[in-house]
Amino acid sequence: MKRRTLLATGASAAIAAALGVPARAQDKTKVGFIYVGPINDGGWTQHHHHSAMEMVEHFGDAVDFVYQESVPEGPDAERAITQMALGGADIIFTTSFGYMDPTINVAAKFPDVKFEHATGYKMADNVSVYSARFYEGRAVQGTLAGRMTQSNKIGYIASVPIPEVVRGINSAYLHAKKVNPDVEFKIIWIFEWLNPAKEADAAKALIEQGCDVILQHTDSTAPQQAAKDAEGDVYTFGQAADMAEFGPKPRISSIIDEWAPYYIDRVQAVMDGTWSSTNTWDGIGAGMVGIGEISSAVPDDVKAEAEALRDQIAAGEYHPFTGPINKQDGSVWLAEGEVADDGTLAGLSFYVEGIDGDIPS
Amino acid sequence: MDINPILLLAAVMVASTPVLLAAIGELVVERSGVLNLGVEGMMITGAVFGYIIGHGSGSAIGGFAAAALAGACLSLIFGFLTQFLLTNQTATGLGLTLFGLGLSSLVGQGATATYPVTVPRLPIPLLSDIPSLGPILFNHDAVVYLSILLIVLVWFIMFRTRAGLILRATGENHDAAHALGYPVRLVRMLAIFFGGGCAGLAGAYISLVRVPQWTDGITAGAGWIALAIVVFASWKPFRLLIGAYLFGGVTVLQLNLQADGTLALLDIAIGLLAVAAAVVWLTRSITKKAAAPMDNLLSVIILVLSVVYGLLRLAGMQTIPIEYLSMLPYLATIAVLVGLRASNAPASLGKTFHAST
Repeated sequence: MKRRTLLATGASAAIAAALGVPARAQDKTKVGFIYVGPINDGGWTQHHHHSAMEMVEHFGDAVDFVYQESVPEGPDAERAITQMALGGADIIFTTSFGYMDPTINVAAKFPDVKFEHATGYKMADNVSVYSARFYEGRAVQGTLAGRMTQSNKIGYIASVPIPEVVRGINSAYLHAKKVNPDVEFKIIWIFEWLNPAKEADAAKALIEQGCDVILQHTDSTAPQQAAKDAEGDVYTFGQAADMAEFGPKPRISSIIDEWAPYYIDRVQAVMDGTWSSTNTWDGIGAGMVGIGEISSAVPDDVKAEAEALRDQIAAGEYHPFTGPINKQDGSVWLAEGEVADDGTLAGLSFYVEGIDGDIPS
Repeated sequence: MDINPILLLAAVMVASTPVLLAAIGELVVERSGVLNLGVEGMMITGAVFGYIIGHGSGSAIGGFAAAALAGACLSLIFGFLTQFLLTNQTATGLGLTLFGLGLSSLVGQGATATYPVTVPRLPIPLLSDIPSLGPILFNHDAVVYLSILLIVLVWFIMFRTRAGLILRATGENHDAAHALGYPVRLVRMLAIFFGGGCAGLAGAYISLVRVPQWTDGITAGAGWIALAIVVFASWKPFRLLIGAYLFGGVTVLQLNLQADGTLALLDIAIGLLAVAAAVVWLTRSITKKAAAPMDNLLSVIILVLSVVYGLLRLAGMQTIPIEYLSMLPYLATIAVLVGLRASNAPASLGKTFHAST
């Protein structure tokens, strides 16, 4: 009994020592990442990890890299982030929307640690937010989808009803409609970022209902597989990662999240002591949103059209949300030539005119 | 309405198969008096081993066999702990799930984004020639048929053979079974082994057919649904079949309803359900079979709900929040649990057996 008590005391003393004195004595910068899925999900998390590894490669021995994968959004995230902060991390990237409040909470307790939250909007002195203008990529996808569909039915596997996902749906729809006035969008919400079985079921349901182009805002490659196995031609787009292994068909293009330059930038800022809380929202032009190669399954003229749109957006000559655009209920959102401002886009919570169904609340 | 109901039915069969396989295994385990909450862990272990071996060997059969073996081996750990070291079954089962999730994640490192083997379809002769219906309903992969065959087999062995009688006796009263000279521990170990094999098979069906690929956490709680279905089915094989297809049906239906944007599909589904319930209720009332109060209760509940739905539709309801649909199977399970006051659960379920007591 006595010995056990002794051991317990010893252990807690050791833990206290480890926690109490953050291990920042060495001159290495400790960089932490919190991932929502496993690092091999084939999409969102895999690409964050990939970008993080590029950052590590860039700095070599100067950084100490730690990560935790498959951290559920919500209270458990707070524990994981706290643990990482206690472990002596100098900067922590939390890479999913649902980590927003946990990140803010933990950041308040660790004023000396820098936090970077992806796709959120709440900031603090030591919390930056960063996101990519994925809707710019969606405009390119919508154009391709509208041109490629034979049945005029386009399926959309939506994940969690937040503005980012709604923006993507609206942008894709507007641009599909522009090149093909007969298109109809069928949208399935699965309320998860990653659930391969559900994603596969959703893709199959859409295909069985006649959709021949599937867009996804979920993280796994299951919809790609479902499209590949389907009878007849079904086209898909890589999401977050290139998913080139499914090309040239069903995957005809992709939106690639290029986080590496940003990660290198921010870690460098921590090293230089110049880090400050910022709000970054970059698109195709800045290189944060990449358009994966448009495959040989796409006719040349369509490919050229999509690439022209991509270049226009990159050059800042065209904004995907340029009026006239009406809201779903028919009321005017943007007048002729008017461009949506970032504030409205950041909180976008309605469909544009022509999309059926409701956004789940 | 954009979808062919027969196509939908075929999708339901595929979506239900993993849950059905895992549940029939667990049913046998629970009938022997053991509660194994490790179904999820055994399933996902089966999923990863099935994927790796299936892909490595290029043979679907090899993959499924490996999966069943992996699940069964994992269940033996549970069996050894609970039957020989007399650990608490609930805690050990939960531990098995956590262990399985971790193990699969470890084993599955690097086993991603490659193409799995194709599982060939197996059209049933004659039946698959029925116009429009046949090519869809009777042209599945072999595992779908196997799962249904397994239900029949389990029912037959459990209620029509001496072995089944011994299994049930062990589950109802292990002391009496022991006093009669039956090897309680052996019977239970065999049941646990079978349950593990079924769970492994179920996992491999997800990673080799339904998705088909490997990612961490791919079973996404299907094992827990299997456990719920065993209760829903009151530990009866054929009711298990209905339960699993109901769960699978609601899953597939809610996705299709979203894509379709109208309630036409739901009208059909609820109409069919109401007719089925009415038939059950009428036959029970006519034959005055008192042995099945649950069937009557369920039928009445379904009929009442259908009438309410019909009235809402007539009143002009156009959409229904999908959250309600997703809730349905769980509500049904709770309703059954409440109705099961005079429980049908095996009397020795979850109790520790020691020959000296």
